[in-house]
Amino acid sequence: MSAKTDRLPSASGKRRGSSDGSATLLAHGEPMVWLTGGGLALAVVMIVGLLGLVVYQGIFTFLPVPVVRSELHDGRVHMGEVTRRESYRPAASVIDSMPEAIQERARAEVAATDGWAKRRLVRTGNFELSGEHFDWVSDYEVARDRFPEWALVIERVTWGRFYGEPVAFEIEHRLEKATSAEAQAFAGLLHPAAGRELRFRVGGVLLAPEAVDQAAQVDACIEIWRDPADVWRQFGKYHGDVRKRLERRQRLEKHDTGKVSHRSEAARLELREAEIAAEKAGQRHGPDSPRTAEARRRLEEQRVAQAAVDAEGLGEFQRIRGEIQALNQENARYRMVMKTTSTAETPVSLSDIVRAYPANQLSLGDKIGIYFSRWGEFLADDPREANMEGGVWPAIFGTVVMTLIMSMLVVPFGVLAALYLREYAKAGPMISAVRIAINNLAGVPSIVFGVFGLGFFCYLVGGSIDQLFFEAKLPSPTYGTGGIMWASFTLALLTLPVVIVATEEALSAVPSSMREGSYACGASKWQTIKRIVLPRAMPGIMTGMILAMARGAGEVAPLMLVGAVKLAPELPIDSVFPFLHPERSFMHLGFHIFDLGFQSQNSEAAKPMVFTTTLLLILIVAGLNLFAVMIRNRLRKRFQSSAF
Amino acid sequence: MMTTQTGSLEKPVDVASPAATGSRLQAIARGEAFSPAIHAELEREQSVLDVDDFNLWYGAAQALHNINMKVPAGKVTSMIGPSGCGKSTLLRSVNRLNDLIDCVRVKGDMRINGQTIYHKSVDVIELRKRMGMVFQKSNPFPMSIYENVVYPLRIDGERNKAVLDEVCERSLRGAALWNEVKDRLQESALGMSGGQQQRLCIARAISAEPEVLLMDEPCSALDPIATNHIEDLIHELKGEYTILIVTHNMQQAARVSDYTAFMYLGRLIEYGPTATLFQKPILRETLDYVTGRFG
Ligand SMILES: Nc1ncnc2c1ncn2[C@@H]1O[C@H](COP(=O)(O)OP(=O)(O)OP(=O)(O)O)[C@@H](O)[C@H]1O
Ligand SMILES: [Mg+2]
Repeated sequence: MSAKTDRLPSASGKRRGSSDGSATLLAHGEPMVWLTGGGLALAVVMIVGLLGLVVYQGIFTFLPVPVVRSELHDGRVHMGEVTRRESYRPAASVIDSMPEAIQERARAEVAATDGWAKRRLVRTGNFELSGEHFDWVSDYEVARDRFPEWALVIERVTWGRFYGEPVAFEIEHRLEKATSAEAQAFAGLLHPAAGRELRFRVGGVLLAPEAVDQAAQVDACIEIWRDPADVWRQFGKYHGDVRKRLERRQRLEKHDTGKVSHRSEAARLELREAEIAAEKAGQRHGPDSPRTAEARRRLEEQRVAQAAVDAEGLGEFQRIRGEIQALNQENARYRMVMKTTSTAETPVSLSDIVRAYPANQLSLGDKIGIYFSRWGEFLADDPREANMEGGVWPAIFGTVVMTLIMSMLVVPFGVLAALYLREYAKAGPMISAVRIAINNLAGVPSIVFGVFGLGFFCYLVGGSIDQLFFEAKLPSPTYGTGGIMWASFTLALLTLPVVIVATEEALSAVPSSMREGSYACGASKWQTIKRIVLPRAMPGIMTGMILAMARGAGEVAPLMLVGAVKLAPELPIDSVFPFLHPERSFMHLGFHIFDLGFQSQNSEAAKPMVFTTTLLLILIVAGLNLFAVMIRNRLRKRFQSSAF
Repeated sequence: MMTTQTGSLEKPVDVASPAATGSRLQAIARGEAFSPAIHAELEREQSVLDVDDFNLWYGAAQALHNINMKVPAGKVTSMIGPSGCGKSTLLRSVNRLNDLIDCVRVKGDMRINGQTIYHKSVDVIELRKRMGMVFQKSNPFPMSIYENVVYPLRIDGERNKAVLDEVCERSLRGAALWNEVKDRLQESALGMSGGQQQRLCIARAISAEPEVLLMDEPCSALDPIATNHIEDLIHELKGEYTILIVTHNMQQAARVSDYTAFMYLGRLIEYGPTATLFQKPILRETLDYVTGRFG
């Protein structure tokens, strides 16, 4: 056969070869089908696998699971949520180190499964008590698993989760040095409630009202419920109000205090400006000139004004602090006493609780409710606890705003550059060099852009802006440090080649017959570009924008240098004048993922959050792209000819 | 302005001697000078467009050699000739569309109504506004039918809706398209059939009331019925417009045109009234071509 093909290299020879039925497989092209198809299949498997993993892991993070209380052979007790199970080969030494009494059984159990054992990762929470968030428990260690009916999962503002069984719900009524009789009278005024006990606190000791000595001074009257169902009911009754007070406190702390300090900061800046002006006037016109005197006079005025603002601010601060204190005190009256595995009883203040639920008696509806309430918190709240808990709203906001600003910057610049290259520039070595440079720019590692952005935008441009316009604030930088604007600029630079290349392609794909048609109508070059070429190239330009957005939204490395931070106290857009704060640093989902995954103390708890955040990032990037794709398709429809 | 410049329109020396046929084409192919056969009827016509000793090069290759020709006002003039003989090039030279090609170089001049076309001082954009052009492949713009038709006015900055509406209707009627599209003027022009698109391009070409209408094989991509439409249209436009049309279809040239120019290898060979040119041409080569014996 090979001799035959050698002899007949012409097309007719080949055709004859295959009609003989004696052609090689290669001649039929089937191996190529398999090879190319295999390549595609591999790519598809990789993409589907990646997405599947992220979606699977991310989607179940917020699902409530039952709380299991495991009593171990050695007497230890674990209570918590099982997050993960796996098989492993326990080392002999581990079993050897177990107490004698149970070694035999453990060994037998492991041997029965060929040396494999199952273990589970239990999220035990109660970090302040045990010093651990998670614990591995091997099945052979477990004597008994129970699912306590009233085991509560408590998500707290600080210290992470708490697992325990409620033993009491307490409401404290503080009494100012009341006599026993007065306390009794007060207790009589309280609404009677089922299952409630009353206790008086006398010198730090709780006593039943009857047992209080007539002469004793009662510090507080405490209502106590002990039945778990009652405790849960009371929790439901008061928790909402406590949360509301907490929100009020947060608003006071953030918004009102922010406003006051903003005002005093503005006054301080004005004073500083006046100082600088006076100084400059002194240098320029001499210490005795009337202008200097004028500047000095203004400085004095500013001093007075600032002192007034400061005094007012101080009063305001005190008022706010008083209100916060009152709220705190009110909230501190409500607490739940929990029984855990390690200590007898631990009080948990209601103001510490974000969410609590009896994990072992949830109906499906409850579970779904908790699931979505957690998603809601995740999407809409600020992060807590070093980003481990709470939401990622600032990061979502930062990502979207940065991507949009970046697109708004990069598209016009890229399109203009591509227009010049494709429509105006005369082909030549210079243009070829520029084109090669642009294409290579796309291959530059992104961290290089980060370094450039930091050096050029932040330090040079931003530093100059600070020198010129924000002198009073120096030495603390305004624009002279990372911020959302500089990050957007940097990413715009990074994605510029993508837009240029895509736009050039789109421009060159505009049929020359259309341009000629326009020229023949007497249109100038710019009119042709504006009315014919650009609209026609728009879908292609949008493609470039989509690619740029996809690239820009997912970029993390350069952002770490030019403004993405672990925790940004304020959003780049808010209600404080001038509303847009392009100089502010911001949070970014990509950086958030990095931070969660690699910088957090509690890596086991971070893991599901990493996946969830990744899922969110993918969804946001996909959403942004989908939006652009929809616009592009609408444009495309306009340019599709039905005639051939 | 009456142009009586006929300096180069001399009678050819040897008229259609059979022996000379092959040798004359060979001589042209060798690049020898050749003076075309111009029929006397043309001298009586008033011309709109005058081509004077026009030469054109694509880089080093000369595509047009010493073309001298006048296009009579209000008549249809067709250009025929074998593929690659420079018909399109000549047509595109009239509105200087060849300027868009970097390597093009020209010598000689053309005049439209006596005004020079090839001179530094000429505003090419203004010049093109005086001519309409229809291309071989229809090229509607990616916008609505309405906007397509009024495009030449739009780029002139015309904003008056009444004027635009009026021009749109007049042009579409002129292109025999009004009845078909009057209810869908705001729809995309790209949703029309091929023949409709070509008529739309004609409507666009006549919307600015050009002095000359240039058509480069306007029917070559159309079916016979659409071709009929366009030919009827050319008949109707005749008189109102001067039309210069390139065609490969001999019957079409015979049907629509008053005068026909035969070109070969970048030269004008024979130019005269269509009927004469097709039945009793001066040159043997022309007869061979129109009867399909070569080309
Ligand atoms: N853009 C160009 N660059 C270089 N040479 C060109 C270009 N356009 C046309 N030519 C050459 O000029 C000569 C004339 O071309 P032209 O298109 O005018 O022929 P034509 O008579 O219109 O042919 P057809 O009937 O096939 O359309 C041809 O030899 C062609 O190869
Ligand atoms: Mg042609």
